[in-house]
Amino acid sequence: MSEGASISQVRVALPYHLRNLARIEGDVLVEVAPPVTLRAVLDALEAGYPVLRGTIRDYATGDRRAFLRFFACEEDWSLASPDAELPEAVAAGKEPLLIIGAIAGG
Amino acid sequence: MSSVRVLVGTRKGAFVLTSDGKRKDWQVSGPFFAGWEIYHMKGSEADPDRIYVSQTSGWFGQLIQRSDDGGKTWHQPGLPSEAIPPPGPPQALPNRFAYDTAAKPLTTHQWYDGTQHPWEFKRVWHIEPSLADPDTVYAGVEDAALFRSSDGGENWQELSGLRGHGTGPQWQPGAGGMGLHTIILDATNPQRIYIAISAAGAFRTDDGGATWKPINKGLVSNFMPNPTAEVGHCVHHVAMHRARPDVLFMQKHWDVMRSDDAGENWREVSGNLPTDFGFAIDVHAHEPETLYVVPIKSDSEHFPLDGKLRVYRSRTGGEEWEPLAKGLPEKDCYVNVLRDAMAVDRLDECGIYFGTTGGQVYASADSGDSWTPIVRDLPAVLSVEVQTLN
Repeated sequence: MSEGASISQVRVALPYHLRNLARIEGDVLVEVAPPVTLRAVLDALEAGYPVLRGTIRDYATGDRRAFLRFFACEEDWSLASPDAELPEAVAAGKEPLLIIGAIAGG
Repeated sequence: MSSVRVLVGTRKGAFVLTSDGKRKDWQVSGPFFAGWEIYHMKGSEADPDRIYVSQTSGWFGQLIQRSDDGGKTWHQPGLPSEAIPPPGPPQALPNRFAYDTAAKPLTTHQWYDGTQHPWEFKRVWHIEPSLADPDTVYAGVEDAALFRSSDGGENWQELSGLRGHGTGPQWQPGAGGMGLHTIILDATNPQRIYIAISAAGAFRTDDGGATWKPINKGLVSNFMPNPTAEVGHCVHHVAMHRARPDVLFMQKHWDVMRSDDAGENWREVSGNLPTDFGFAIDVHAHEPETLYVVPIKSDSEHFPLDGKLRVYRSRTGGEEWEPLAKGLPEKDCYVNVLRDAMAVDRLDECGIYFGTTGGQVYASADSGDSWTPIVRDLPAVLSVEVQTLN
């Protein structure tokens, strides 16, 4: 971490079942040191809520689970590199990282 | 007075049904884990308050849940359920089922189109608690493998001798996937375990899981190029009476089979069944030669013959079967009964239970002579187990 770099408070919006699992209501705040990447946010989320390990990223590969998508600032980040930096608005806590489950399937 | 606790896994949550020994009036609790597929849940005989659950979802993967108070409350073993866990990486990984590739490298297995497909973990199909220790529990998974936990489900280790048997490339998935769905522990010999896989067949270990032997001699599966091959059979379920651990009964993809020598040889005992396709099979708690099956029309039409839901009972270990229909739907019934959705209790008058894909759970308090529904409108039932409580 560079001198003067500050920890970001990132908001994450989880789907219903994962909120239940982690026993949280609303968005969850996670602290992330820069650079604020998708991987860093998910690492922080799972560190704070170990019950979520394996529910967003596959345990074996670390890849996004197939029926989940990531959105930030109205853009689909599902296929982006997990090491790409998320938008400034997400890093600043102004916009959430959205984790959304596929709607289809019943 | 004795009581029973019926554990019901469904497509959209778990339910716990309790009654006293009369089994007339029932209390229904649930849904627990609402919205999740509960493939299986089973209690420990070493501690009846200990119950393990396989909670799974195509969206969010596999979770293990555990109760230490008979199903009143649940938690993921070893994990804090709220924020601010202790520092450092979690010591418990209850949801991590990692194939032991150091011991046995991952191979491939047959896919639906006959090509080879890599081994991939998908879910836990069946949980089997140890008979002696509440913290020891086995899990049968898809893609087929056997795992064991010795710390109450907090961490899981593959018994890789099974997957690494060498015949893996000949194993193939059943319609629901290549799952290890049956785990039978021998109360008289802790080193012996029977398992069954759709569609690889049945296997036995006599050394606690280090090595395994296919036990499919006598099975005939006409969908295979070699109908009597060593492996590849679609075994739907296997049942055993604990007082006779060498005698096994099998519901196969067609055929009800019996072995009297620990699976070394099988013979067909379908006898006069109207159809010998089905999934569930179980043995009376006190009568080792009394069996129960639910005949299903065919592999193309997974519902009872003529819309009539009937359990069939044999009191002769197979061959001679009688229909049990009192209290069951006699028309317009097109449900299925899945392989893990039948169970028996151990009360003096043995109770039989089964759940349907239509969401009904039926109980008989008189060994199958008559049936009543405990509940009618659950989500599709995936599994039924019952605990007999004193």
